[in-house]
Amino acid sequence: MSQNILIVAEHDGRTLSVATAKCVACAATVPDAALTVVVCAADTATLSQQAAALAGVGTVLTVEHPVHAHPLAAAIAPQIAALAGPYTHVFGPSSTFGKDLMPRIAALLKTVQVSDIMAIESATRFRRPIYAGNAIITVEVLDGAQVVGTVRTASFQPAAAGGSARIEAASPLIEPPSHTRFVSVSAARSDRPDLQTAARVVSGGRALGSAENFQLLYGLADTLGAAVGASRAAVDAGYAPNELQVGQTGKIIAPELYIAIGISGAIQHLTGIKDARTIVAINKDPDAPIFEIADFGLVGDLFEIVPQLQKLLG
Amino acid sequence: MKRILVGIKRVVDYNVRIRIKPDGSGVLTDGVKMSVNPFDEIALEEALRIKERGAAEEVVVVTVGPADCQPQLRTCLAMGADRALHVQTDTALEPLATAGVLRSLIEREQPFLVLLGKQAIDDDNGQTGQMLAALWDRPQATFASKIELTEEKARVTREVDAGLETLEIDLPAVVTVDLRLNEPRYVKLPDIMKAKKKPLETLTLESLGVTPRTQLKTLRHEPPAQRSKGVRVNDAAELLAALKQKGLL
Ligand SMILES: Cc1cc2nc3c(=O)[nH]c(=O)nc-3n(C[C@H](O)[C@H](O)[C@H](O)COP(=O)(O)OP(=O)(O)OC[C@H]3O[C@@H](n4cnc5c(N)ncnc54)[C@H](O)[C@@H]3O)c2cc1C
Repeated sequence: MSQNILIVAEHDGRTLSVATAKCVACAATVPDAALTVVVCAADTATLSQQAAALAGVGTVLTVEHPVHAHPLAAAIAPQIAALAGPYTHVFGPSSTFGKDLMPRIAALLKTVQVSDIMAIESATRFRRPIYAGNAIITVEVLDGAQVVGTVRTASFQPAAAGGSARIEAASPLIEPPSHTRFVSVSAARSDRPDLQTAARVVSGGRALGSAENFQLLYGLADTLGAAVGASRAAVDAGYAPNELQVGQTGKIIAPELYIAIGISGAIQHLTGIKDARTIVAINKDPDAPIFEIADFGLVGDLFEIVPQLQKLLG
Repeated sequence: MKRILVGIKRVVDYNVRIRIKPDGSGVLTDGVKMSVNPFDEIALEEALRIKERGAAEEVVVVTVGPADCQPQLRTCLAMGADRALHVQTDTALEPLATAGVLRSLIEREQPFLVLLGKQAIDDDNGQTGQMLAALWDRPQATFASKIELTEEKARVTREVDAGLETLEIDLPAVVTVDLRLNEPRYVKLPDIMKAKKKPLETLTLESLGVTPRTQLKTLRHEPPAQRSKGVRVNDAAELLAALKQKGLL
């Protein structure tokens, strides 16, 4: 039986997120599947072009409505549910956007959701992590139920460019609910690489001791062209903003190089970095659990080592 | 009565390093410490603080699960919840079914606010709150790190990938909570004694008119791929040399 997969695009109003390209790549591993990306936005013109250029996408559906200027689950979910009829699967990224939205869609469709898909074994069989990644389960969706899924983006490379999908406008079917209103977002825009897509990440923990000391890491990150991350303890203590948190309840990332500085390596933190290609740990405690998974471990005081690294890197 | 409904789940304590059964059929739970899911504890703490500010009159905790969930409900009563509801079932419900149970309890309890954890740390599904909001056709605000209530509205700050987002939602609504919302109180011994006398009502799925569907089957559990143990380097220079050699710098 051939599969028909609908992928809900994530974007910031101007640019499609890399997470969407990763969802497309994940969906493309379902055997014999036709892929459609749906873009809900206030203005879909450029976004739909970007989606159409993703390799493997056959159709792009656009839904244009002012309410979609901000990603409100309460407004997007009924729209997607109204379009979902012909599809066997509805996928979105396992980002805060998708985690918020997709279960609402699944409930409207009265169907099951598979969260954090890390591999597809067949159209009905999926692998996903549980217990903060300490166990991997294989699940089977029963009785031909429609599958709603969130895609664990760290498990997939983004779909390449080079596609040329057909773009179709879908009429906004639903008068969006007025009970949920966007107020603001405090996006700390920076010119540093984005934590979720950066090839290199320098990450700091409680050991940094203050927001001022945390600046040490920004210096090192800038020298390396790296993004900055943080442990929960560092975020809770106010040394770093919440969007930098890496781990089970923060971001799950897969950089080429992850440098953990003054981070002990609690399982909830390690969940976020298991897919990093190379992990470096700098910690003054030789028994810190981070050393169990680090490719390169350096025991010592970060306040000596970080300036040395800076100097050597020139 | 201005009531807050708080959903809680009994899970393996977050400090336990879980082990998978040799036959891959599940995770070993015999003799393992069980606790209230940490996110749900934060949801309850928030409900209690709202009540203590005078913005709610009653806090009701509910769980769906087998008989051995009762100690966790008692913990919630000791923290300060006024009463507990235990929807007792030995079937492990899928999130949509749990949301269905909560939906029928809303009919009964008429809360103005439902607070849940953003995810349970066992299955890491993160679905129940959003599903409940959909079934109830009410607003949702997920991953809350701040909740401000007025008579008919809530202003909720959410932890999203971009930073902090603020939504305004009409009540009643479902809010799922993140770690930075508050720090739950410790339970004191006299409270544990008092909690023994607080009402804990047991309900069945039948009495709520819920017939859970099973749409998902877990075929096997496996340990995650292990990273191979790395090497120690002696100083900053050695570290940079090693990274260069691997082509990382
Ligand atoms: C439900 C739940 C979810 C969670 N989610 C997350 C999550 O998403 N992400 C996350 O990170 N955590 C998460 N945590 C928290 C986690 O359990 C740990 O508490 C946290 O990761 C610890 O942060 P840390 O390593 O910075 O601090 P600590 O554990 O305090 O470690 C500090 C480390 O710094 C070292 N150190 C101190 N001084 C120096 C120095 N001068 N030079 C070098 N090293 C030094 C110490 O040896 C120590 O190893 C979660 C917890 C729970 C319960």
